Amino acid sequence: MMKLALALIALVALAFVPAFAGPYPLGLGIGILGYGVLATAWAMFSGPTRYISLATVAFFGLGAYTVAVLADVLPYPLVLVVAALVGLIVALIVGLATLRLAGIYFVIFTFGLTELVRQLVTYYEVNVTRTLGRYVFLPLEPEHIYWQLLALLAATLAIAFWVRRSRIGLALRVIGDDPVVASHLGVRITRTKLTLFSISCVIMTLAGAIQAPRWTYIEPSIVFNPTTSFLVVIMALLGGPNRLFGPLLGAVPLFLLFEWLSANFPNHYSIILGLLFIAIVFVLPNGVLAAGDSLWSRLTRKAVQS
Amino acid sequence: MTTFRRRTVLQGMGVSALATALAGLPVFAQDRTAIRIGYAVPKTGANAAGAGISTTPNYLLWVDDVNKAGGLELSKLGVTLPLEVVEYDDRSSSEELVRAVERLATQDNADFILPSWGTGPNLASGPTFDRFGYPQLGATAVTDMAPDLAKRWKHSFWLLGGGHDYANALVQLLVKQREAGTINNKVAIASVADGFGIDLSKAATPAFTEAGFELVYDKTYPLGTSDFAPIINEVSGLGVDTFVAFSYPPDTFALTQQSVVANFSPKVFYLGVGTAFPIYPGIAGPNHDGVMGVGGIDPDSEKLAAYFERHTALNGQAPDSWASAITYASLEMLQQAIVRVGDLDREAITAELSSGEFDTVIGKVKLVDNQLRALWTVGQWQGGKFVGLAHTERDGSRDPVVPKPAWVPAA
Repeated sequence: MMKLALALIALVALAFVPAFAGPYPLGLGIGILGYGVLATAWAMFSGPTRYISLATVAFFGLGAYTVAVLADVLPYPLVLVVAALVGLIVALIVGLATLRLAGIYFVIFTFGLTELVRQLVTYYEVNVTRTLGRYVFLPLEPEHIYWQLLALLAATLAIAFWVRRSRIGLALRVIGDDPVVASHLGVRITRTKLTLFSISCVIMTLAGAIQAPRWTYIEPSIVFNPTTSFLVVIMALLGGPNRLFGPLLGAVPLFLLFEWLSANFPNHYSIILGLLFIAIVFVLPNGVLAAGDSLWSRLTRKAVQS
Repeated sequence: MTTFRRRTVLQGMGVSALATALAGLPVFAQDRTAIRIGYAVPKTGANAAGAGISTTPNYLLWVDDVNKAGGLELSKLGVTLPLEVVEYDDRSSSEELVRAVERLATQDNADFILPSWGTGPNLASGPTFDRFGYPQLGATAVTDMAPDLAKRWKHSFWLLGGGHDYANALVQLLVKQREAGTINNKVAIASVADGFGIDLSKAATPAFTEAGFELVYDKTYPLGTSDFAPIINEVSGLGVDTFVAFSYPPDTFALTQQSVVANFSPKVFYLGVGTAFPIYPGIAGPNHDGVMGVGGIDPDSEKLAAYFERHTALNGQAPDSWASAITYASLEMLQQAIVRVGDLDREAITAELSSGEFDTVIGKVKLVDNQLRALWTVGQWQGGKFVGLAHTERDGSRDPVVPKPAWVPAA
């Protein structure tokens, strides 16, 4: 109860940030929340199963495109519902076709999926609608986007929390540890994976849909930017993909670091970023939280021995 | 253990929220020593090449020109101040750009913010410029939405026209050639399947059809295509006198080379972005002569010639003959508006930009509903210059050379 109360207090406190934060901190907040949602959603599926997905931006972009296409036609809440449905349908199709793949094949497939979705959208826009580049004019201010993302983050964390407690989360962890054992235990492997994959993808789609009004103008090259997928993976890995707050804890410092780097080292950003990625993978393969735990246990063990 | 960890997280979030909030407080500079110009341009990513040709060199040149002249006189404040620059890399990302503009406006307290390169980035940052009341000089955005955008964002200026301007001008020019009997009725169009290609082909296809041209080929090719042999081979057998490609720079260069290799030398050879680049004659060799494309300049203007010289001296490369001069002209307009207003009142400067007349490298400029309507739309390489053939306001100062000289086979 105590923990729940704390979480609620934090949520309410964060909801008041736009009241006193200036436009720039608010922009930072939107960026942090956006990546926090994506990283948490990514880790929900990829953490326990160890399926590294690079398809984050495929769903993110689909969400943004849904808003761009439907914003003039449907009321905004309904647009978000449609975006979630689009994400769900694509996730189900993709999941059914590919979740039997494992390891590196899955990584490559998901990377290809982003390109496939981008090319399909481009093909459709070029040959059917004859417009590449759509305008999103919605009466949404940055604080509205902030609040929506905050709500989505709260929902995502709640779902992630529930998954970890429930049978499906346990089943997923068993699959991640050893799929053969899992199937002998009677775990319905594909169905379990598909469920979690779909939930995770729907959240990513909504994250894209909510942020779309911030750009005004949407093109495939803008919303299907593969860098987003890589950033999400590295954030989740930094924080630790197997912990509830791990991905968020990776997203906050990394996002602020990226921002600081791009403000202070605009000409060396990409080089520093590349070195950082290598460092994270080498030095903290299980994330900072896990590294902190192991350091803690090593220290306490030493204390007991001496 | 769990409680401890979560509390740490929340504390951390609280601290960082406080830190960012504090960082948001404005810094009050009592004694000004400079006028602060901020910009975020793509130095990396997909847009870096375009910005490196049309945008960044002109920003550098303008700052250099103004500071060499001693700065800008602010008569109401009784000072003459030099320009200082805060620059960021938007990494070709709209999200980065929006945040960089917010940072320039609220953290760096920039007095003026110059826009990024391209249509998408200018649209993406439009609401932000408007919200903070900064004039936005969209010198590299091609959009048919310009009239609506100018109404929506009062601080935005749209200086490079829309797809229809370019497509219609080309068709009108070709109609005259057909009436003069220099070209036949058949046209082939190849467009890149991306913003620019689609915008222009969407406008051009009906315009050609209405003008009675027969479109024997009208297809798109994917962004990033590198082998144009199939397109050129197919088109070269169709008996067209006019080949039009709404292409991007790499395609523009490759299409030229492929057409030379295949000896497909139509009377009118028109290409998209990249034709007006200073490197085009280097890539096409002697075959650049007579090639048409988007843009153009007035070859007789002395001011423009001087601008080309200064640009080359500072940046080591000549400007392109389409958006570069317009970008520089937009900065001259800003400069003159600041001096006329006499202080850094952005609302007054925006109003002056909107209503005043300015003397620039592209001649006298007066905006119509916050848009530059005096544009060169079709250009052609003639005697080493990419001269303007068609203009939205005045008559073309040069006549097109049709048919263009036959290709010189590659050695």
